[in-house]
Amino acid sequence: MEIPYTISTRPDTGLWNAKIGIWLFLASEVMLFGGLFSAYVFLRLDAQPGEWPHGLLNVPVGTMNTAILIMSSVTVVLAWAALKMRRYRAYWWYMLATIMCGVIFLFVKLYYEWPQKFEHYGIFLKPAALEKYERYLGNTRRTEKGMEPRIEISGHLHNPEALKDANIKEYEIGLDPVYVEPNNPANDRPHFLYVPPTDHIAKIEKEDVERIDSFGPWHSAYFASYFTITGLHGAHVLAGVLVFIYMWLPVSKKLYQRNPEHLANRVEVSGLFWHFVDLIWIFVFPLFYLL
Amino acid sequence: MDASTAFPAAAGHHDPDAHAGEHEHHELGFWRKYIFSTDHKVIGIQYGLCGLVFLFFGFSLMMIMRWQLAYPGQALPFLGKWLPYFFGANTMPDGKMTPEFYNSLGAMHGTIMIFLGVVPVAFAAFGNFVVPLQIGAPDMTFPKVNAASFWAFGVGGVIMLTSFFVPGGAAKSGWTSYVPLAAIADKGAGYHPIFNGQSLWLIGFIFLISSSLLGAINFITTIIQLRAKGLTWMRLPFFVWAQFVTAFLLLLAFPPLEAAIVMQLMDRTAATSFFLPAGMIVNGAPVHISGGGSPILWQHLFWFLGHPEVYVLILPAFGIVAEILANNSRKPLWGYKSLVFSVLVIGFLSFVVWAHHMWLTGMGSTVSAFFQTTTLLISIPSVIILSAFFISLWGGSIRFNVPMLWVTAFLPMFGIGGLTGIPLAFNSADLYLHDTYYVIAHFHYIVAPGTIFGLFAGIYYWFPKATGRTMNEFWGKVHFWPSLICMNVIFLPMFLQGMLGMHRRWYDGGQGWTLAGEHIWGLTGFQWNTPISWAAWIMGLAQIPFIINFFWSIKHGKKVNDNPWEATTLEWTAPSPPPHGNFVTTPIAYRGPYEYSLPGRDKDFTMQNEPVEPAERSRRATVEPVLVH
Repeated sequence: MEIPYTISTRPDTGLWNAKIGIWLFLASEVMLFGGLFSAYVFLRLDAQPGEWPHGLLNVPVGTMNTAILIMSSVTVVLAWAALKMRRYRAYWWYMLATIMCGVIFLFVKLYYEWPQKFEHYGIFLKPAALEKYERYLGNTRRTEKGMEPRIEISGHLHNPEALKDANIKEYEIGLDPVYVEPNNPANDRPHFLYVPPTDHIAKIEKEDVERIDSFGPWHSAYFASYFTITGLHGAHVLAGVLVFIYMWLPVSKKLYQRNPEHLANRVEVSGLFWHFVDLIWIFVFPLFYLL
Repeated sequence: MDASTAFPAAAGHHDPDAHAGEHEHHELGFWRKYIFSTDHKVIGIQYGLCGLVFLFFGFSLMMIMRWQLAYPGQALPFLGKWLPYFFGANTMPDGKMTPEFYNSLGAMHGTIMIFLGVVPVAFAAFGNFVVPLQIGAPDMTFPKVNAASFWAFGVGGVIMLTSFFVPGGAAKSGWTSYVPLAAIADKGAGYHPIFNGQSLWLIGFIFLISSSLLGAINFITTIIQLRAKGLTWMRLPFFVWAQFVTAFLLLLAFPPLEAAIVMQLMDRTAATSFFLPAGMIVNGAPVHISGGGSPILWQHLFWFLGHPEVYVLILPAFGIVAEILANNSRKPLWGYKSLVFSVLVIGFLSFVVWAHHMWLTGMGSTVSAFFQTTTLLISIPSVIILSAFFISLWGGSIRFNVPMLWVTAFLPMFGIGGLTGIPLAFNSADLYLHDTYYVIAHFHYIVAPGTIFGLFAGIYYWFPKATGRTMNEFWGKVHFWPSLICMNVIFLPMFLQGMLGMHRRWYDGGQGWTLAGEHIWGLTGFQWNTPISWAAWIMGLAQIPFIINFFWSIKHGKKVNDNPWEATTLEWTAPSPPPHGNFVTTPIAYRGPYEYSLPGRDKDFTMQNEPVEPAERSRRATVEPVLVH
């Protein structure tokens, strides 16, 4: 027994089975990420003034990753087209390029963007203590200008032992540039290029601190959604890469020799998935990096 | 009649894909054939058996709870001695149930009945076994995905069951797992960070959602692609339509819950605050969290699944009822097209009613008015469906066999469930009834004497197709009548309890609540608990004839031909049980699904694969010109 329409199209629907299957799967994926993105909107609208951070991510790196993903979407189409023209050699190279793009994207995420966050600390001040650290926050000017107040001081923590040791009474933090010159209009908006923490060390007494956390998912609703959404997106990229590796390995060449159209259909279906993963990133990038 | 040979020369259906594997026929071993099978019939039966076991297990949890409700604080006789050995020593010390264990039982009863019991049986089991046969397909479009779906369900089920045995016991925050309670439960000293009740509940759900996602994709693709030649959309049996819409609900409603579950899991393991507001105090101490989350967000995401899920539970039952109703009233189903469009409208509207579960959150009158309106709108197609079913009975010569008994009981029972939902749709009335036993009675009338009666009807009806033998009629009736009576003794008084103000989560059954002193017919709210509990236990006993009948009939039931009910749809043209690949000759459909008592025929049913004779064609051309193609 063989299932009909696995390779050829059914005349009245004009489709083969897996093509319907993948579109249905993508519809459910839209709902999955839709749920997460609507949670993002919900939490952001609910956030108190000053609570939702801006400009904490590295825009150039994010832009590069965006370009890499878009490029991989192009190469996967070229791979499919090469198969349709029965040019296996070209297919093989385009597929390799797609896989490499996916791997580079994941590498940048896992070895550069994510680990950075865990070494960066944010100190949320008690409302009563905000006045005391005015020289780092510049809230007087911000209130005059009608901007949201700053309630957090962030940077590189120079005495991490203070997190555990109750005898140390203050945190020493190498300030992010924003807090060195809080009243400089250039710092009103997030920087486009990444600027590392300065050598300017501020001492913040523990009794003024409401909460200190690294930029992990526990830092804020912003980072919670950042890690959850980019994590789930990364898992999708990884899944796509694994599928592509399978189709690039010699085992798929055997399928090509037996029935090239079958392999072309597989590449088409997984390519659709890949475009979807790409599309999700097109939403992730502005929501977290730019807005 | 051996229907499989009804059209000897008609099997000219050729397909370029169909020949590649034909030489590969060989007998599979036991494991591949019955355990790791990719055959839709075996997977359907696997789902069915597992689902039925889970249904009984979930019901047993409730039977234990009913003791605590009827006799609060008293030691459970007999069982109370050995249940602690099974569930852990601190669940029932001296046979007396602890409040934590009561909460676990309640949460897991709901979870198991819905996600491990009814959905697998109604959607996965019947859908898998019946849909490909009814559309004349050799199998599902993606047999391996189908098997993966079943095994994902298996893993999810095992995780859910395992959660009873971890320290602290299974999830105890209700089947809805409302936050912040669920996010802080089962945490801290004595609990494993991952292997604790609530986290396992979440992880188990991820598998169950993946399972139903794979199933839904498979069902929709199968129905679109593998319909037999001539089986146009408006010739599909109503059961197929019902499963089609159900599959869309599962496909699109479950993922937002999966998103919510991932977020709750993050809240529990990665210290995020998706659902936790700032300034939370637990056990008198402030919690170190970032805050900024929203408990209402969980409710929105949960009920975005939760409400379509209600229709996932009931639509397959509608489908089963439609098949059996037409077959046993020996009449065409009344209003086939209105039924189809109603079920499509239900499917659409079910996505925009979810917040009627959240009247008490104070969403504001604008939002409430919107959801109140959509909720009342969705009752229109539901009423159309139920009315069409009742009218189908009108003037038929009804055969009251066992499947039909369940179906005739389904109709008024579902009616009660549906009508009692209307007060809950109005947010002013719901403010009083919210979270009382009234709500429990309302939705149980829909899923227990509603859906589950439909499932029993389906089991008795399609059993001959799966085995070639019928189940025993007498013992079927012994199963039916006590079940019907007990269902009503259980759930009817709950409406009264709810209106007396009894809250659904009270551990002592309302004994300690002063309002419960008010009485109806001489019994206060909590006193009604005793007859209800006894009815529940008797209903448990009433399932024994079914269990014995089911297994006994597989080997010893009365042998019957391929079409014992003299039905019209395509599954009855296949041999019983159908072989791998289902049909001896590829079926072709020439007519609609419910041509019963067609005038001018020598028998009172005409199967879908019987060609239209020239004489019939000319007669129909004058009477029903639309039907001639």
